[in-house]
Amino acid sequence: MNRRGKYVVTFPSLPTVISTAACVGKTEGEGPLAEYFDIVNENDGVGSSTWERAEAALVKQAAGLAIQKAGLKTKDIDIAFAGDLLNQCTASTFGLRETEIPLAGLFGACSTFALALIMASVAVDGGLADKALAEASSHFCSAEKQFRYPLEYGGQRTPTAQRTVTGAGAAVIAKERDGVKITHGMVGRVTDYGVTDMANMGAAMAPSAARTIADFLNDTGSRPADFDMILTGDLGSVGSSLLNEVLREEYGFDISRVHADCGNLIFDAEAQDVHAGGSGCGCSASVVCSYILPKMQRKELRKVLFAGTGALMSPLTALQGDTIPAVTHAVMFCS
Amino acid sequence: MIPKGEVLRMEKKEYAKRVENASPGSPLLKNCLNAFAVGGLICTLGEGLFTLYSHFGAPEKEAAAWVCITLIFLTALLTGIGVFDKIAKHAGAGTMVPITGFANSMAAPSVEYQTEGRVLGTAVKMFTIAGPVIVYGCSAASLYGMIYYFFFRG
Repeated sequence: MNRRGKYVVTFPSLPTVISTAACVGKTEGEGPLAEYFDIVNENDGVGSSTWERAEAALVKQAAGLAIQKAGLKTKDIDIAFAGDLLNQCTASTFGLRETEIPLAGLFGACSTFALALIMASVAVDGGLADKALAEASSHFCSAEKQFRYPLEYGGQRTPTAQRTVTGAGAAVIAKERDGVKITHGMVGRVTDYGVTDMANMGAAMAPSAARTIADFLNDTGSRPADFDMILTGDLGSVGSSLLNEVLREEYGFDISRVHADCGNLIFDAEAQDVHAGGSGCGCSASVVCSYILPKMQRKELRKVLFAGTGALMSPLTALQGDTIPAVTHAVMFCS
Repeated sequence: MIPKGEVLRMEKKEYAKRVENASPGSPLLKNCLNAFAVGGLICTLGEGLFTLYSHFGAPEKEAAAWVCITLIFLTALLTGIGVFDKIAKHAGAGTMVPITGFANSMAAPSVEYQTEGRVLGTAVKMFTIAGPVIVYGCSAASLYGMIYYFFFRG
């Protein structure tokens, strides 16, 4: 590992994504990416008696499948980095408790998958692990229960609200010759521009994404045009337009031609009535694992900067009137 | 090039303006019309029930109580079978303001928190949304009652 500039870390041994899996819920399976997901669960309960167990079941599904697709057994995985949105990260720990894989739980809110990829790459590049698992999950129902209202509560959502994705994405990272390489990683700084509206998380996260992307481009001396895609995690439609605006006007980078957002990709906002798009740890994890990385594997995309965005508030801090800090971690993929 | 070590590039106020411009507002006119129509329908249903119960000989106060009970029952039923929130999504204040809103705010958490048990789940969480309405509703009623008692009782 080497440091590049102030914030970016490079991985000289080029850790490789050797397999990915994405398991999602019903609504995600009705969206534009339906055909790319490995498993679409027809029932969001995933055969479990509680929403929290359902999310853990998704974690188990995706991890098992990613390991199986790599032609490995769980005992071959040296370390797992996983996280979710629930208190104490129970979806990840409960989902992986029977696997016996050494587990480092992570919390980065919705940016967790990017953070997990960075940590897995650090582990593989640094010789801590031959094979590492990176995973993140979220569930619409468990997130609503924790952060908002009961499911059957008859409230209205504002047009800026996003829908938490029900899904888990897992990737196995190893030292190998073939496959998509993780060349750079960057852990972001906590950024707070004073947004307090929990129904406008895209706006809360956009300045953080702008900062991380600008820092990454500066540290690596690259331009937006050098990438086939600059992919943000879950800014949704409002956050995406803010990101483009802030990057252009405050940092002088125009990413509009290459920018895509997992929250915009996963749902058809109009047809599926999801307002400003998807959100949650499972949003970027399932989109990256089902759509982006396989596309890179097929060489349809060669160079992608994935900037996982996360809003770091809790229901308590929101009630206490605090603003919403955000963080964005970046990973660069090459194929 | 961007100077290194910058803290915040924009003023927070300036960003707040950008957010306001980028965030679409709620469709107020549509919401108001929907609320008016659905709220009106619920009240018409209430009036219809009132006439019905009066027709069967219930005195005025009793008939009004039966109307409330019926609407609460219907709301709880629709909440339980997962229909109420789909109506409320469009109706907004139309379902929230009548007694249906209150009934839903108690029925919804009761359903949701069953998984945490009958006592610490359903019973405790049943009041998470309705609790404040009860607290401040009772406080306001007591205050109003006292003012009436001391100053206006003839």
